[in-house]
Amino acid sequence: MDEFILLFHFDQTMGSPSPEQLKIYMKQYHDWVGGIAAQNKFNGGTGLSTEGRVLKPGNVITDGPYAEIKEILAGFITIKAKDFEEAVSLAKDCPMLNGEGNSVEVRKITGTHEKD
Amino acid sequence: MKESGLIPDLFRAEYRKLVSVLCKHFGFDQIEIAEDIASDTFLTASQDWAQKGIPSNPVAWLYYVAKNKAKNYQQRDFLFANKITQEIKNNLQNSIEIDLSPQNINDSQLQMMFAICDDAIPSEAQIGLSLRILCGFGIQEIADAFLTSKETINKRLFRAKEKLRERKTKIEFPGETELEGRLATVLTTIYLLFNEGYYSISQHQMLRKELCLEAMRLCTMLVENSYTNKPQVNALLSLMCFHASRFEARQDKNGDIILYDEQDVTMWNAGLISKGGYFLDRAATGDKLSRYHLEAGIAYWNTQKADTDEKWENILQYYNHLLQIAYSPIAALNRTYALAKANGKQEAIIAAEKLNLKNNHFYFMLLGELYTGIDDQKAVMDFKKAYAKARTPADQLTIQRRIDNSQKNAHITVK
Repeated sequence: MDEFILLFHFDQTMGSPSPEQLKIYMKQYHDWVGGIAAQNKFNGGTGLSTEGRVLKPGNVITDGPYAEIKEILAGFITIKAKDFEEAVSLAKDCPMLNGEGNSVEVRKITGTHEKD
Repeated sequence: MKESGLIPDLFRAEYRKLVSVLCKHFGFDQIEIAEDIASDTFLTASQDWAQKGIPSNPVAWLYYVAKNKAKNYQQRDFLFANKITQEIKNNLQNSIEIDLSPQNINDSQLQMMFAICDDAIPSEAQIGLSLRILCGFGIQEIADAFLTSKETINKRLFRAKEKLRERKTKIEFPGETELEGRLATVLTTIYLLFNEGYYSISQHQMLRKELCLEAMRLCTMLVENSYTNKPQVNALLSLMCFHASRFEARQDKNGDIILYDEQDVTMWNAGLISKGGYFLDRAATGDKLSRYHLEAGIAYWNTQKADTDEKWENILQYYNHLLQIAYSPIAALNRTYALAKANGKQEAIIAAEKLNLKNNHFYFMLLGELYTGIDDQKAVMDFKKAYAKARTPADQLTIQRRIDNSQKNAHITVK
């Protein structure tokens, strides 16, 4: 079993969802994560604030990231899977993918900083 | 002692108080001395009261005798010491007095709870020691509860005490920084104790109910002490109240299980449901959601018999969350059942097939349930697989009824 991270990229040029749409989306999202957890393949995850900061070389700090790019990282979860094929099969039901321009990036976690 | 239920109840209630106070007084490494003095006190009481009748204040009588026995022990013990200076002799007089004030009795029991619920010893040993010292159960009773022998229990408790002695366990409240962690172990033990009573396959109905009640009593002690009165403790107590409310309705006179859908709602204990609600309310503080909060939420909705969308959507979301912080096969199965109720059977069937719990007869029960009305022949096959994996005659009986039902339905649909 390996650990994979699923990164949720949200296309903000498509506009924010309405409260009703958001409610539907949240249920779909929680049901999807619950399904992964029910298979005992969920490791962890979190949403991210829309507020942020971006640091660049030369001591540049800006409010970000949304000023500059159309896609923002909305959040991520980590899961257990045998291989990329399995990780992708778990990721493909993510309701984010119902929104045009959104994407779910799947990466394998290859090394962790060990706590002493 | 055949007087009435009063004497055994009195003994159990006072034994656990005495043993905790004496353990604290003598220190954990002398726990056997404490237990001996406590047991000896009750032996003396049995013999004395059989002849002279029960004293007008039995508790005071017990405490007086226990204090004297402890004093005698300490005096004998020090007589064997090689060098007894006058100073030590003087200190002796001060240290002999056992503090049996209500405050110390309460504190000692709570502190013993923390001492016993230590991850260094296996959880069944924690439960065994809790039953013995915190609940005043006899060794035979504990053996009956675990469906094992007195020898096994004695060995288990002996090893556990040895281990705790090695660790130089102190009988005291954990400090602020350690409290959450230590409390988590205590709550796990209490919950396991409750589950022993609630789910055990032992036929000893009264005993099993006692286990549940003891677990609830211990949790209540934690709630009533301001240092340990945390949200998750209230959540656990709430959860146990909700479950316990159905204790009478869950089994018929023969000890067979009555499933939720078939239970007589009038046998649900409204008082306990109400108490559950009260503690759930008290648990709704702070910013941490423990697994007990989620389970209490689910248990609350299970006290509402009506099959509403709101009920099942809430239960589904609670399970979605619970599985993320504490996976268990039963939670996964129950979540899938709630999914069927909230989102429809088709979606639930797809989810169920991914669960991979093929050694669990409940898994095939669930599949059978889900396929009922959709593909009754498949339902029959799944129920038969469940039957093959069932572990008790009671389970087999329940499953057989499902098989018979489904076979009837299958013949109706297959013309």
